Amino acid sequence: MSDSCFSLDGASIAFAAGQTILQAAMDAGHYIPHLCFHPELKPHGSCKVCSVRVDGNMMASCTTPARQGMKVESATTEVDDQRRAVVQMLFVEGNHFCPSCEQSGRCKLQATAYELQMTSPHFDHFFPDRAVDASHPDFLLDFNRCILCSLCVRASRDVDQKAVFGLAGRGIGTRLIVNSESGRLGDSDFAATDKAAQVCPVGAILRKRQGFNVPIGQRTYDVAPIRESDRGGPEKR
Amino acid sequence: MSTATGMQAARVNEIVARYQAKPASLLQILREVQECCDWISPESVGIVSRALQLPRLKIEAVATFYSFLYLQPRGRYRVLFSDNITDHMAGSRELLEQMCKRLWIEKGKVSEDGLVSVDTTSCTGMCDQGPGMLVNNIALAGLSAERVDAICDLITDQVPIAAWPSAFFAVEDNIRRRDILLKAEAVPGAALQAAFARGAEATLREILQSKLRGRGGAGFSAGTKWESCRNAQGDTRYVVCNADEGEPGTFKDRVLLHSHADAVIEGMTVCAYVIGARRGFLYLRGEYRYLLDALLAVLARRRGQRLLGEDIAGREGFDFDIEIHLGAGAYVCGEESALIESLEGKRGTPRNRPPYPVTHGYLDQPTVVNNVETFAACRLIAERGGEWYARHGTPESSGTKLLSVSGDCGRPGIYEFPFGVTVREVLNECGARNTQAVQISGPSGICLAPDEFSRRIAFEDIPTAGAFMIFDRRRDMFEVARNFVDFFKHESCGFCTPCRVGTSLLSNLMAKLHGGRGSPYDFAEIEKLNIYLQTLSHCGLGHSACNPVLHTIAKFRPAYASRLVHHEFVPAFDLDRALSTARQMTGRDDSGAHLKEDT
Repeated sequence: MSDSCFSLDGASIAFAAGQTILQAAMDAGHYIPHLCFHPELKPHGSCKVCSVRVDGNMMASCTTPARQGMKVESATTEVDDQRRAVVQMLFVEGNHFCPSCEQSGRCKLQATAYELQMTSPHFDHFFPDRAVDASHPDFLLDFNRCILCSLCVRASRDVDQKAVFGLAGRGIGTRLIVNSESGRLGDSDFAATDKAAQVCPVGAILRKRQGFNVPIGQRTYDVAPIRESDRGGPEKR
Repeated sequence: MSTATGMQAARVNEIVARYQAKPASLLQILREVQECCDWISPESVGIVSRALQLPRLKIEAVATFYSFLYLQPRGRYRVLFSDNITDHMAGSRELLEQMCKRLWIEKGKVSEDGLVSVDTTSCTGMCDQGPGMLVNNIALAGLSAERVDAICDLITDQVPIAAWPSAFFAVEDNIRRRDILLKAEAVPGAALQAAFARGAEATLREILQSKLRGRGGAGFSAGTKWESCRNAQGDTRYVVCNADEGEPGTFKDRVLLHSHADAVIEGMTVCAYVIGARRGFLYLRGEYRYLLDALLAVLARRRGQRLLGEDIAGREGFDFDIEIHLGAGAYVCGEESALIESLEGKRGTPRNRPPYPVTHGYLDQPTVVNNVETFAACRLIAERGGEWYARHGTPESSGTKLLSVSGDCGRPGIYEFPFGVTVREVLNECGARNTQAVQISGPSGICLAPDEFSRRIAFEDIPTAGAFMIFDRRRDMFEVARNFVDFFKHESCGFCTPCRVGTSLLSNLMAKLHGGRGSPYDFAEIEKLNIYLQTLSHCGLGHSACNPVLHTIAKFRPAYASRLVHHEFVPAFDLDRALSTARQMTGRDDSGAHLKEDT
């Protein structure tokens, strides 16, 4: 154990060399809201939900290296307000209809919205036109729910050594694409055993024929809020 | 396989072979495929993917990031009107409409015979001689109604672009004021000889002593950058010249590369000598594709003069050469870490920093990235000395600055002034009258009102990459800001949520105000979005995307107030406008085909 420490909302957090703020906080059992971070994958820093105030500036805690003596503010009204706005942006960018979504209760976007006390999407919806890819025998790819966190991209590339998924386009036109000549998941070498099949925080990559096998009300985030289930430790699904 | 496809495959294979199928050359390969085949077909993607041993997805991810690469056919003639506010002021939107009518096509769509498409693109850097246009990525300037008609004829007659009148492609330098940089005669090799005579370390000291700061806008000390790179751990060092001059309203690098290319290249070579680099890149924005052949000729000539290549200028063991990489329409690549990603053949997403390029740049090796003008100044310093250079300008901003002056003035063009010049002095010199506002350093810079015209161009007051856009009292500053907001939306890389979504939300709100549906609620929303962009974005693009609105709100509030026509919130959704598709399909536009307001 290293002697290095930083302050997170007044609490002293020990960190090892090379750790980022979020990694150290999670190891110490502290929850900082996040979506594009996964403890087993390389941090990316794109969703900005894990933003914290570090010595005055807002920084993505998943990619900002922990430094001795730094002062980090996370659980403040001002920081949570900004995080909520980012989550709201993700809601209006895609098509997220929680009541009819199979992932409801297991969805990190939904659970984080609850955590941040989001009561409406606030911004005008974009209602993008995104097709569903049902070509794979065991998985459904619903781009409507994709939040471009790139967890599947990193899992496929770094863990599965496959590059099944990637991000294409630019700006608001950024989209998830699949590596096959047809562009369809069924024609790719995606497999149910892939890490990429297990890391989607929302309902974009869904296993078929398992719909509602766990009743709503008994799911991960129905049982305990995300701040309980997601502070450190391996992901539960 | 048809003959056409077979021929195309042969060309693609030839391009791939020329780049030795290197993955780092992916963007260059795709750019050339686009150039010779008019688009990047699925077959071409397949060939490149197999040859470079990259997944298809990787090729598609890169190709779709850059505006000038197309995975769908966009016509044999691809016309893009420059969409900067200065182009608008010079009548570009009317000319675009004229062309679409003449060619019987809709903006953004390809003609049914697959011949031509007409669309807009971000500023092409011809603001002093607008409106500008790109046809198959070749620049045209000074468009007029007659010229547009002539271009329509050439397109419908299917005349190859190489056979179009050369006058159509004339681009003027318009240098209006010269100071130490533009007056200096660049004798090829003179600065290098001076550097050799001094030695690498002493040359570095001259650069440090000159207090030269980067001319790309951020103003980081050039000498410190060189020193950090020289001292960084690494196997290989690189010199990169940032000629991705994408900031709307800026065009001074175009002029330097056109008429002072030797100075720029010699500056890069001096840098290579100081830091110990053997390889350099000039990252030229895709909009300046028309400069490529001339620049390649300068490089070839300098190789002949032994000023590039091996044992440069007779100095044994000093080997250095430069490659030109072309961009393909992505403003964000002007950010140095995104530029390096792009040089490596990837999507131009800014990296997480630290580490910085001086220690982990191109291929993770120590790299100096400097602006075109910075390298030109380095050449001058190597020749004349740091102490001499520091005597010009102000204590914190040594030397001179090239300003790209455009907009409402009598003599738009390039003005070289010592740092410390006031905005008013520049306005007087270029013949501006009734000036309402000056936008300095482009959309990401600062907008000044007349009571600030005594402020100075200098890092201690108004830092700038060089853009100086003038708006007289006829102009609507709300529309200026709206143009800039749309620019940022178009150029956001899409990596982080606040910028990807926030720039679109901001653009939609500005459109709502423009469309007469604004209320104080929307104004408050705009102010809130600006804060999210500024504090949460991943890179400078997002941070500065709110600047145009923040500044114009602060200084030209009436332009906004007049748009807040409703006291209470009104939804952006407009039922009558939603029926426009139905009207278009039925060819109706009579009163019965419209809804009355408030029904």
